[in-house]
Amino acid sequence: MKSIADIKAIREKMQGQINLRDNQDAASETRIVVGMATCGISAGARPVFNTFVDEVAARQLKNVKVTRTGCMGMCALEPIVEVHVPGEEPVTYIHVDPDKARKIVANHIVNGNVCTEYLIGDNK
Amino acid sequence: MRELALNILDICENSVKAGASLVRVSVAAADDLLTIEIADDGCGMDAEFLKRVTDPFTTTRTTRKVGMGIPLFKMAAEMAGGSFSVTSAKGVGTTVRATFVLSHIDRAPLGDLADTVVTLIGGECPSEFRFEVSVEGKGFVFDTRELKAELGGVPVSEPEVLVFVRDMIKENMIDIGGETL
Repeated sequence: MKSIADIKAIREKMQGQINLRDNQDAASETRIVVGMATCGISAGARPVFNTFVDEVAARQLKNVKVTRTGCMGMCALEPIVEVHVPGEEPVTYIHVDPDKARKIVANHIVNGNVCTEYLIGDNK
Repeated sequence: MRELALNILDICENSVKAGASLVRVSVAAADDLLTIEIADDGCGMDAEFLKRVTDPFTTTRTTRKVGMGIPLFKMAAEMAGGSFSVTSAKGVGTTVRATFVLSHIDRAPLGDLADTVVTLIGGECPSEFRFEVSVEGKGFVFDTRELKAELGGVPVSEPEVLVFVRDMIKENMIDIGGETL
């Protein structure tokens, strides 16, 4: 059975990187915020959250945080994801699924091109 | 909600919002009965709110007037021949307990508990979690306080840490025969 002690290798690898990052301005952090209230969860927010975690880990993206929030008041548009890139206006994606999540990471987070087809403005 | 693990995620979010410092989740399957308990030391509810907490028109959020989390969990339990209870005291905490007849045709599957754990401990989560899972006497424990001690300052919310935790819980679930619950 795998145990928490097995995390040592990850810890040793990460500690150096974390120290480097702590010296950077916290404002340079990109945040991916997934709505995780009852409405979001029942619409499929959990696999979306986990897909973002997988993509950020697999691509070794630094300074990208996946986090969650409560109900944003637009339950019919869930799963809703907000992407905050430093220095840019926050962007709100709606009806996100794991496929769209992967595209958001590749196009928006990595390459800086907002996925306009999933934006709230065009799809409401 | 298609999985009980999604209900667990949903109820745990309530505990986080209640300012709990520790949330204890127990999932136990034995003798054709599945028992899920979520106990926190958050702000708790007064007797008046507790009385109407299973009413879908009771909620603490301000964006809408409905709150489906507790009613959906209650429905899932009662549909599967089980029982449901919420006990709470202001300033002490809240315990939500649901039981399910394992072999009942209408029982929802437990689903992906590892994904639920990762979703809860990822992001900015001020609460500690302790998960105890057992199937017919075989079990495992996952505690974020133990994880943090092992991590020595590396944040739990690091995606690589989360992926490790998910794989670990998935493996442990298979080892105790819980993946088919």
